[in-house]
Amino acid sequence: MKKLLIPIFCFLGLSLMAQETMHPSPAQTKKIVITGATLHIGNGQVISNGTVSIDKGKLTILTSAPTLSADVDHIDATGKHIYPGVIAPNTNLGLVEVSSTKSTVDYDELGEINPNIRSIVAYNTDSKVINTLRTNGVLLAQIVPQGGLISGSSTIVQLDAWNWEDAAYALDNGVHMTFPALINRPNGGGGRRGADSDPVKAGLERIESGRVFFREAKAYLNEKTHAAINLKFEATKGLFDRTKSLYVHCDLVKEMLTAIDFAKEFNFKLVIAGGADSWMIADILAANQVAVILHEPHALPAAEDDAVDQPYKTGAQLQKAGVLFTICQDSGDGYTQIRNLPFMAGTMSAYGLTREEALSAITLNPAKILGIADRTGSLENGKDANIVICQGDLLDMKSSVVTHAFIQGRAIDLNNKHTQLYNRYKYKYNL
Amino acid sequence: MKIFSFRSLGVLLTFLVHGLQAQVTFPINDVANPRAGYYAFVHATVVKDAKTTLQNATLIIKQGRIEAVGTAVAIPKDAVVIECKGKFIYPSFVDAFSDYGMEAVSASNYSYRAPSQMLSNTKGPFSWNQALKSEVEHAKHFVVNESKAKDLRKLGFGSVSTLQADGISRGTSALVSLAKDRENMVILKEKTAAHFSFEKGSSTQDYPGSLMGSVALLRQNFLDAQWYKSKPAQEGLNLSLDRFNQNAGLPQIFAVTEKWNVLRADKIGDEFGVQYIIKGSGDEYQRIDEMKATKAAFILPLAFPQTIDVEDPTDMRFVNVAELKHWELAPTNPAAFEKANISFALTANGLKDVTTFLPNLRKAIQYGLSEQRALEALTVTPAQLLGVADLVGTLDQGKVANFFISTGPVFAEKSAIIENWVQGSAYAVQTDLWTNLAGTYQVSLGANTAKLVIQGEPGSYKASLIASDTTQVDLSQKDQLVNLGYASKADKSQRVRLTGSYDGTSISGTGQLASGNWISWKAIRSEAAKSDSSLAKVTKPEAVGDVVFPFNGFGQKTIAKQENLLIQHATVWTNEKQGVLKDADVLVKAGKIVQVGKGLKDASARIVDGTGKHVTAGIIDEHSHVGATGGINECTQSVTAEARIADVIDPDDVDIYRQLSGGVTASHILHGSCNVIGGQTQLLKFRWGQNAEALKFSNWDPFIKFALGENVKRSWNTSNPRFPDTRMGVEQVLTDAFTRARDYEKQGPGKRIDLELETLLEILNKKRFITCHSYVQSEINAILKVADKFGFTVNTLTHILEGYKVADKMKAHGASASTFGDWWNYKMEVLDAIPQNAAIMQAVGVNVAINSDDAEMARRLNQEAAKSVKYAGMSEEDALKMVTLNPAKMLHVADRVGSIAPGKDADLVIWSDHPLSIYAKSEKTIVDGTVVFDRAEDAKLQVSLQAEKQRLIQKMIASKKGGAPTRASAPSVKKQNMCEEDHNHDKSLWERIASRYIDDVDHTIE
Repeated sequence: MKKLLIPIFCFLGLSLMAQETMHPSPAQTKKIVITGATLHIGNGQVISNGTVSIDKGKLTILTSAPTLSADVDHIDATGKHIYPGVIAPNTNLGLVEVSSTKSTVDYDELGEINPNIRSIVAYNTDSKVINTLRTNGVLLAQIVPQGGLISGSSTIVQLDAWNWEDAAYALDNGVHMTFPALINRPNGGGGRRGADSDPVKAGLERIESGRVFFREAKAYLNEKTHAAINLKFEATKGLFDRTKSLYVHCDLVKEMLTAIDFAKEFNFKLVIAGGADSWMIADILAANQVAVILHEPHALPAAEDDAVDQPYKTGAQLQKAGVLFTICQDSGDGYTQIRNLPFMAGTMSAYGLTREEALSAITLNPAKILGIADRTGSLENGKDANIVICQGDLLDMKSSVVTHAFIQGRAIDLNNKHTQLYNRYKYKYNL
Repeated sequence: MKIFSFRSLGVLLTFLVHGLQAQVTFPINDVANPRAGYYAFVHATVVKDAKTTLQNATLIIKQGRIEAVGTAVAIPKDAVVIECKGKFIYPSFVDAFSDYGMEAVSASNYSYRAPSQMLSNTKGPFSWNQALKSEVEHAKHFVVNESKAKDLRKLGFGSVSTLQADGISRGTSALVSLAKDRENMVILKEKTAAHFSFEKGSSTQDYPGSLMGSVALLRQNFLDAQWYKSKPAQEGLNLSLDRFNQNAGLPQIFAVTEKWNVLRADKIGDEFGVQYIIKGSGDEYQRIDEMKATKAAFILPLAFPQTIDVEDPTDMRFVNVAELKHWELAPTNPAAFEKANISFALTANGLKDVTTFLPNLRKAIQYGLSEQRALEALTVTPAQLLGVADLVGTLDQGKVANFFISTGPVFAEKSAIIENWVQGSAYAVQTDLWTNLAGTYQVSLGANTAKLVIQGEPGSYKASLIASDTTQVDLSQKDQLVNLGYASKADKSQRVRLTGSYDGTSISGTGQLASGNWISWKAIRSEAAKSDSSLAKVTKPEAVGDVVFPFNGFGQKTIAKQENLLIQHATVWTNEKQGVLKDADVLVKAGKIVQVGKGLKDASARIVDGTGKHVTAGIIDEHSHVGATGGINECTQSVTAEARIADVIDPDDVDIYRQLSGGVTASHILHGSCNVIGGQTQLLKFRWGQNAEALKFSNWDPFIKFALGENVKRSWNTSNPRFPDTRMGVEQVLTDAFTRARDYEKQGPGKRIDLELETLLEILNKKRFITCHSYVQSEINAILKVADKFGFTVNTLTHILEGYKVADKMKAHGASASTFGDWWNYKMEVLDAIPQNAAIMQAVGVNVAINSDDAEMARRLNQEAAKSVKYAGMSEEDALKMVTLNPAKMLHVADRVGSIAPGKDADLVIWSDHPLSIYAKSEKTIVDGTVVFDRAEDAKLQVSLQAEKQRLIQKMIASKKGGAPTRASAPSVKKQNMCEEDHNHDKSLWERIASRYIDDVDHTIE
């Protein structure tokens, strides 16, 4: 029996090096057994003093005492907690480095109808932000382009990769639409066309242009060969056979109702991203089996008269109605804040979800919504070993300290730019 | 004596030459045609003034003036007599705030990102600032506008005080009549008042760019004007200042756009010994006690909010209840002033459609305004306020002959104005009302006789002919000419048609029978119609909702009161030597913490069970922008030390309540970070429901906001024209400012008092303290060196995300640090920010706080502090102190707040869980012993809020069904204040929605 000390020592050795010298871990070669921890499966179930085995990157929950031998790395996690890796949906991570500096911004392409635009080809695996997320247990992310009416196609990535090809976990499996606002301007303010224009009417017309596009795409795809290839139509293929989902980014009731109607026409698998007012139509969303990626719960109420804690409790309201939902960090500088996703789940738990439901909201639920639940999202046999070992409660900053994390069985380096600068200045001040 | 009866009056009105007083200097292109304009109005009910009504009285006017009024007035032989039996005569209304005869104000196209305009574009020897226009005399710009005058005369107005309401110091207004005559004759008084506002109007100049900048500019202008009296050679001729001084003897009118601006204006007035007359905005009823306390007289609008189309519930959820309540309560505004016994005039100014003036006035009466007070507010009060009571406002001898004749009491629903006389000339309004035919007549038609009964009002008569049977009569009338038509008795399908003329008692003329034969006829009135003496009756006021404090969905009818509280069996985080006490009690009396310990007893105190709960001192946020309005950045110059957040506190901000829900009891409200020396800050205690003064943390050391780096050098602007453009320049702005302040101090008596330099001197003299927005180590080091050079300490470095790199220097200098929990990477200067920053600085010995700069994050500051436990292993007690005791220390108020100790203010939070845990919620937030947030009460409040909203929506639907015009609903959204644009935490749903309006989407490929 040999405890898994190598990677940990290895990291300590690295800790004074710059982020540029940190590297992705090689594929798992040796079986790993983790014992003594409380297992939070991700589906609501909790197993105390459980044992997890990782072999060839895959997970097994052992029901009997593990066989420990020299060819097995053993981690004693007594008193610790094991969680599925957190999944960050709907982010521009890796498509932007510094949001205020335009030359580093790569998520918003020109044009109205861009299903052919693929986020993955611009995804920067060397973004300084990525490692700071892993340190808090975020191991996968959905990289989403923005802008236009049909913004482009998203890819799910794992966060320990040399390049975007390595990173791709589920390639091009979502097409994103950004719905125009279907409400009058705040305080009667005018836009470029002045206050007289009816934004709702204009918005519906624009959405109609999207319908026209998909009608033509559907007809086009009925034929296998074409005199002239249309790249935009080609990019919609998986939507019609439901191997891809349509993500509609919108927040208000009328927008969501329009999105449901839109998806019905083409029999698309629909996910709402944003969904600030989703709690108002939770029953309708549930009845239509529409999933929701909620805008960050750490937000002010949408309406001045809303309950002060409305965004905190929206998750619980969706849960109660049976809506499949997850949360994201999609605001301006959100990509730098994805490391707080577990704490936002914690807040939702303080406001109505059970702890395990809150955990599901950032693990198994997003896996289901993003179409990767067969491979990840929970601690279940045969799934990829995308897991996190935490000294305390992953959802509470008061006690959360991630000690180990594995992506596809690879023990990943939990250092980041911050820990490195921290060490540098601890050295300066002799702390 | 010939009675000039109304019969001929139509002729008179058509041909009367307006303008009785021939202007002697003007040559005449005709024979001279002098007119005395001598008239006697007899047998009228003359309302001399709101308090004096004379029955059966006579009014005599001559040469455009009133010669006599009374019940025993001899009628001069050479006066034209006008019979006014049954009619009422009132002094014509006076509008104290009008833009009649003025050019419309051109809108300023000031843009935040446009090139700077540092000085006025106005040519000539005037102020440096384009919005200071004391030299403008609006009498010179006045042009008679007959079509506008006609609209106002119809409402009963005879004279108005007018100016182009443009700019901060607007110049003088003139009293003009609404006569159709040359300007020379119409202007009754050249200067009635000097006018002011906080809006810079058409000014294209940058400064001021915020409400607090406007306040500062007004204050500086007072000081400059005072100084200018000594004719300082350095200033040369400055006509703006000169005229400001000259106008000081006039009434000073300050026009505001919201109720809190009344207090802002009044405070400036108090500082400089001026009592402003306030031109209000219509929401003053929401704080009537505060209005009363200003001792100001008011000019109130009658423009009420329009009914909203509420049909779409998903849209209406974004229209806040405050807006709906204001719709309901706005008509109660004048009545609230009357009840509070505050002097006020009413104005037609601000009405989109002037014809709504009288209906709105009647509505105000329906909602409690007395008719007498309404009349005063339109006549004698405005005249007195403007100092023109010797000219207009009442019907007294010698005053301008401005009066109108109406059919009944002026505000009664059925009354109408017949004529409005201005400067002694008649102007028709509804002259057919002179002739009311109503009554019973004996008719002789050839040999036949019958009874004719006419009922109703001109324009809506009902008439019938009664002989052996009753026949309906069609009656039409043009002044004294009358037509009758009815079915022939012999053959019902044939009509009899009569024409006649009415002389006041009878109608006589000719007609044609069905047979075609002509016939003479005469109808002599035997009985007049009974005059309706109850014309003035008003509909019973509708029930309306309560005024709540503050005026938003989370306000209460009565503000929460201080209590004696005994919190028992809680885990108490004292922040004192005894640390965290388990199963402990805290006793609060008269707003103070009295005792902390076990087994405490007090009969006077309400017991609060703290079993399983944690109690901490209230959270203090060192860096916040909630509760401020009108812009938190006076961005227009690199040094704006004269701007003060204290001037722009908004007690109605719902974010204050939201802060309380997160346990925040005090916040330091900062100027933004868009210039090097920003503005003075204000520490608030969130005494929810109180006014701005009561929200202020009393007796604290004043602070000022400084800023360095990207924001102040305007990094987003590719062609920044404002110095500085680099961190090198920033250091020089600081050095220069303090050098100028030192030089200023050396100047002798008689110097120009400079609010900016006075403020900087306070810093140098350690009377004011700096909190400086800063990020990177080079700039931090630079400002510390500037401070060292000038001999003061930078009190606080705020944001300070690279503080960990120079913690030793900060410690040596004595600066405190106020930073974020874990924000980073959103702009270039925060690339090296780390979540261990606070812990390193603290370990090196710097006093460290965690702040929010964000209304949302502030609600979780305890959890933001907990991140130092997570990322750097800080002790829990130390972490909690970073949002309680440490900020109290850096704000110099740790003697009163920040820990739980006897004698300290009872600013406390009762948490549901460990206060550093993500699961902790504030169950009660207490400020000065007053429970200002209670989670259980909040749940009830949410229910009553939605019920009140629903009531108002239903009322709006009824209003719409009742025919009220509606406007489309638009979400009520308050702009969230943040340091600067690039500081893009971007939490608001509305910011995200704004990016989805298609007008603003520009994805066109060119």
